Amino acid sequence: MKEVDARGLSCPEPIMLTAEALKGAQGAVKVLVTEPHQKMNVEKYAKDHGKKTHSEEKDGYFEVVIE
Amino acid sequence: MNLSDSKKKLALAGVVCGLVAACLAYFGNPANMAFCIACFIRDTAGAFGMHQAEVVQYARPEIIGLVLGAFIISVATKEYRSTAGSSPMIRFILGMVIMIGALVFLGCPLRMVIRMSAGDLNAWVALIGFVLGVATGVLALKKGFSLGRAYVTNKESGYVLPAIVVGILILSLATSLLKESQTGPGSMHAPVIIALVGGLIFGAFAQKSRMCFAGSIRDVILMKNFDLFSVIAGLFVVMLIFNIATGRFVLGFNTPGIIAHSDHLWNILGMYVVGFAAVLAGGCPLRQLILAGQGSSDAAVTVAGMFVGAALCHNLGLAASGTALNPETKELVAGAVPLNGKVACVICIVVCFIIAFTNKRKETK
Repeated sequence: MKEVDARGLSCPEPIMLTAEALKGAQGAVKVLVTEPHQKMNVEKYAKDHGKKTHSEEKDGYFEVVIE
Repeated sequence: MNLSDSKKKLALAGVVCGLVAACLAYFGNPANMAFCIACFIRDTAGAFGMHQAEVVQYARPEIIGLVLGAFIISVATKEYRSTAGSSPMIRFILGMVIMIGALVFLGCPLRMVIRMSAGDLNAWVALIGFVLGVATGVLALKKGFSLGRAYVTNKESGYVLPAIVVGILILSLATSLLKESQTGPGSMHAPVIIALVGGLIFGAFAQKSRMCFAGSIRDVILMKNFDLFSVIAGLFVVMLIFNIATGRFVLGFNTPGIIAHSDHLWNILGMYVVGFAAVLAGGCPLRQLILAGQGSSDAAVTVAGMFVGAALCHNLGLAASGTALNPETKELVAGAVPLNGKVACVICIVVCFIIAFTNKRKETK
C-alpha cells in the first residue's frame, strides 16, 4: 500500500501530496496527517474523486486509508 | 459541530462573521475597518508602547477574543493540538513581511474584503495584487516549497499565546499601564464587552470553518476548490448589505475618513506581499491567530513577527497614510506610501522569493 506521510506539514501540502499519490496509485493509499481538519480535507478530496475512505485516530495523528 | 463539510455551512459561517464585523462597525469601530487583524495587532502593539504612533494605540479586545475563541472551541471539540518546530524563525520573518505589506496597503485581507464591500475601489485594485501574490505562492508550492514538519510538543507550549492574551485583557481592564489613543482610529472602538464577545464568536466560527482569505484564493487556483471561498463570499455579502443599508457604501477612490490611499501601484504591491507571504506561512493573518489559538506555536511565532513588523512600520516610517480632509482648510489631502515603505515593500518581495524558492520538501530537494 502506498503511504503518504504528511504529518506536521502545513496546508495545502497534505492534499497536494495525497493528490499526487492518488494519480499513480494502483491500489489503496494510506495518508497520515496530524490535524483534524487535514483529515477531513483528505477524506473530502477522496470522496470528491469517487473514492472511499476509512479513518482511524492513532497516537497523536490520523491515518486515512483511501480505497 | 462541523462547519467545513458543505459550502452552505461554510457560507453560513461567513455570514455569522460578517454580522459580527457589522455589529462592531455599528458599535464604534472605525468606519470601513470594522475588523482588521493587521490594524488591531498594530493598535495592540501600540498599547504596549512598541511604537509611538499616538493615534493607533489600543489593546483591541477582538484580537484577544479571536485567540481565546479558537482556543476554547478547539479544546471543546478535541481539535486542540500543541505543535511546533516548522521553521519558526522563517515564520517570524513572514509575520513581519505580512504586516509590512498590510500597512503599505492599510489593511489585512479581511479588511480588504470589508473595504471592497463598502465600495472602496482601492481595495478592488489591491485585490489584483493579493491574487497575484497568492498565485506566486501557489507556484512555489507546486515547485515543492515547504517549511518542513511541525511536531507534537508539550501541551503547555500551545497555552502560551492564549495565556498572554488573557494577561493583556487583565492589564487593559484592571490597570492604566497600557496606552490608549485619545484621537484617531485607535480612539474609535466598540465597548470592550461587545468587542470581546464579537472576537470570541468570530474566532470560534473561523476555527470551525477554517476561514482563510489567502487559503480561499489558493484553493481556487490550486485545486479549483471553492469551499473556503464561500466563507469569504458570505462575509462579503453581509457587509455589503450592512454598508448599503446604513449609508456607508461610498463608491470611489478618494474617500476621506476611511483610512485608505489611492497609490495604486503600492496598493497592489502591498497586497502582493501579503498574499505571497500568507501562502508561504500557511494562512492569512486571521488564520495565523486561529491556528495559534488551537495550539500551533509556529503560528504564534508568526503572530509575534506581526507584532514586531507593526512596531517597525511605525518606528521606521513604513506605514502608509490615509486620505483625509484638512480640518482647517477642508482640502483633500491624499494619502500616500512613504519612500521608506516602498523600499521595505520591495525588500519584502525579494525576501518572499528567497524563502519560496530555497525551502523545499526533503524528497523534492
